[in-house]
Amino acid sequence: MAQSLLRAVDIQKSFAGVHALKGVNLDIAPGEIHCLAGENGCGKSTLIKIISGVYTPDAGHIEFGGKTYTKISPIDAINMGIQVIYQDFSIFPNLTVMENLAFNTELAEGHKLVSWKRLRKIATEAVAKINFQVDLDEKLGDLSVAEKQLVAISRALMFGAKLIIMDEPTTALTKKEVKALFKIILDLKKQGIAILFVSHKLDEVFEISERFTIFRSGETVVSGSTKDLDEKKFTYYMTGREFEDTPFTPTYQAQTPVMQVKDLGLSGHFAGVSFDLYKGEILGITGLLDSGRSELALSLFGIRKADAGSIQVNGKPVTLASPVDAIQAKIGYVPEDRLSEGLFLPRSIAENVVVSKLDRLSSALGVVDRNARQEEIQRWVKELAIATPNPENACQTLSGGNQQRVVLAKWLACEPDVLILNGPTVGVDIGSKHDIHRILQRLAGQGMAVIIISDDLPEVLQNCSRVLVMKSGGIVAELNPHETDERALSAQMM
Amino acid sequence: MSKALKKLSRQNETYIALVVLLLSFVIQMRSGQFFTPNNLVDLASALIVPGLFAIGTFMVLISGGIDVSFPALASLSIYSTTKLLLDMNYQGGIWLPILLVLLFGALLGAVNGALISFFNLNAMIVTLGTSSIFKGFMQGALNSKQLAVIPEGMSAFGKSALFVAENAQSGLTSRMPMAMLILLAVLALSWFVLRRTMYGRGLYAIGGNEVSAHRAGFNVKLIKFFLYVAVGMIASLAGMIRVCMMTQCHPTNMLGMEMMIIAGVVLGGTAITGGAGTLTGCMLGTILIVIVQNSLILLGIPTFWQDFALGVLIIVGTGVSAWQVSRARNRTVGKNILKGAAP
Repeated sequence: MAQSLLRAVDIQKSFAGVHALKGVNLDIAPGEIHCLAGENGCGKSTLIKIISGVYTPDAGHIEFGGKTYTKISPIDAINMGIQVIYQDFSIFPNLTVMENLAFNTELAEGHKLVSWKRLRKIATEAVAKINFQVDLDEKLGDLSVAEKQLVAISRALMFGAKLIIMDEPTTALTKKEVKALFKIILDLKKQGIAILFVSHKLDEVFEISERFTIFRSGETVVSGSTKDLDEKKFTYYMTGREFEDTPFTPTYQAQTPVMQVKDLGLSGHFAGVSFDLYKGEILGITGLLDSGRSELALSLFGIRKADAGSIQVNGKPVTLASPVDAIQAKIGYVPEDRLSEGLFLPRSIAENVVVSKLDRLSSALGVVDRNARQEEIQRWVKELAIATPNPENACQTLSGGNQQRVVLAKWLACEPDVLILNGPTVGVDIGSKHDIHRILQRLAGQGMAVIIISDDLPEVLQNCSRVLVMKSGGIVAELNPHETDERALSAQMM
Repeated sequence: MSKALKKLSRQNETYIALVVLLLSFVIQMRSGQFFTPNNLVDLASALIVPGLFAIGTFMVLISGGIDVSFPALASLSIYSTTKLLLDMNYQGGIWLPILLVLLFGALLGAVNGALISFFNLNAMIVTLGTSSIFKGFMQGALNSKQLAVIPEGMSAFGKSALFVAENAQSGLTSRMPMAMLILLAVLALSWFVLRRTMYGRGLYAIGGNEVSAHRAGFNVKLIKFFLYVAVGMIASLAGMIRVCMMTQCHPTNMLGMEMMIIAGVVLGGTAITGGAGTLTGCMLGTILIVIVQNSLILLGIPTFWQDFALGVLIIVGTGVSAWQVSRARNRTVGKNILKGAAP
């Protein structure tokens, strides 16, 4: 192989006694697209921070462009041509696109006074690099996620970048936007810029990267050409476990529907949505980001009150005007954005688990029965295998997969008849994803009615007994997952 | 043209300016006294101290912080200045008092700044704390009492006028204080800093996203530290102007102004969460508050309704901006739906 652009050799790093990196290696050639994969907490982010100079390694060294460094400062990294595009893009939502693009250059050049003319010149130059059409005077916060990302990429290119590190760049993008991003990445490659693409999404790794490196628990597991990789190996390298993919077949038979939705509508978002939901089935609802699927989920849980149609639960008509109504109708909801909508992150795992059940654990005077509370917490931590040394730890200490289990536990504690999950495994690593799917299938087997709203097609096909496809606010198809495949499903969505 | 109108219709400043105008005309119609030269000059003169406080508050809010200690800070620094000058029997002009009060203001502001930026403490808690400390120090350690006499230079400055306006009908006159120049100078300076220096843009950047600002290369800690120093100086200057104009130093009569000032700034469209707002909006909001405080009496409304009216204004003002935010959100959702429906 030709000479490497970047080599990280035997890098070690510990935080307060925790060995985050136990001697990892990474090798990137000039102008290549390299994918770094691994589950949450495997040390990906730590290595990125070492390469970009945020952390100093305890042992090992970095070689960049033939020179050896034992320590890099953030300024060194920028001067060497290393740019990081963080997951949050490091942007200022309150300022204009122009300022967002130009600040880094202005500060690097040490200007004290602002010349708006110069800012505009820098910004124009930046967007021209990737041929990005945008109104420079628009407020950044008004842009879409994809456009924000393009701003971050254009900005990174201003410093003669040789290596751009993208930390999970596709998390919040629609399929179309991911395609556009990949095109830009290929363009950058043509300009000789190497890309380190951090992801744990299998299909992306296959589509975009030439070579890959996989970390597990702070160690390099494997590194090689993407051509030699397949799905089974990828999952095994990532988790160290082998998974059996068993498509869901309903075992619990019910004749009468638990929930009947008729001509439900919310003006501007969806209209004429009708379906019956039976006990023991997993109903999938899929569609593009703007198909109205998320709003439907919110209406079914009373967060956004539907303004047309009717809903019956167990044969009785209900009005879902607030989450309290929905909980009373025995409907549970696991939101899309668990961080802001589903969890009290700074509070303990235990408190999160019992929060929606507190009134049932309390005596008539409103005093919480401590023993009952403790039992309930122990039960769910065990049942859902939440990996924590102590349920009194704060929720934010958990990984994404475990946080999602806490959200599940919270709802299961209320024993709902209908459980609605919006994007149940977004941002969850592969191992936890399998576990969550197993849990959902088990719950359906016990007679719970589950609705999964998701645009992760393999997830929908594998776990649902029926799939409804939404497009532009209406249901356009009902499919049997055993008789269809991803291609047919996505054709219905477009 | 229609684009400009659209832009105007989305700006908080437009609405607040309309409210100010509307209120002025209502008062004019009911009393016939609003648009008289002496009333306008009185209002302008009443705007000087709140205006200066508002500029400081505005800059702090922009950076995503908050300062509730400025009245106490201003009281302590002007009380110390006056007392010191009286004790040394100072007979000179206004420049030494200005210098002294700025020095005390910078020192006290540095206490806030150091605690907030270097020790990374919550600005609300810190300034609540220092507010108490400043007040306690002034009343306990300095044993503050009302100073009925202030140095000659200071009272001369307070009484000096740029011009005198006369009401042709009633013959009442009002002086436009020299201190108005200070307000205008501070206003111009802060406009320049906020708009034309990297320091000022850094304040907006920090208010938008502190972590990003750090990554972009702004020296976040120093920027925040000097912000609180500057705000201490501006507040102390306001305190001195108030003492000069009243020609006596009353240690406690500025205390409690903080809520009204913050309300005015927020009413003018400054986001309490930081990063958004303009100096124009900040001044318009403050003008509105000053008009309500000074002119409701011209309508024959008893003064105790002032607090009520201020409260209503604040709730309506913040309500309108919340409504605008939700309208903007619906607009983008609607746009996406249309995009999605297209083949």
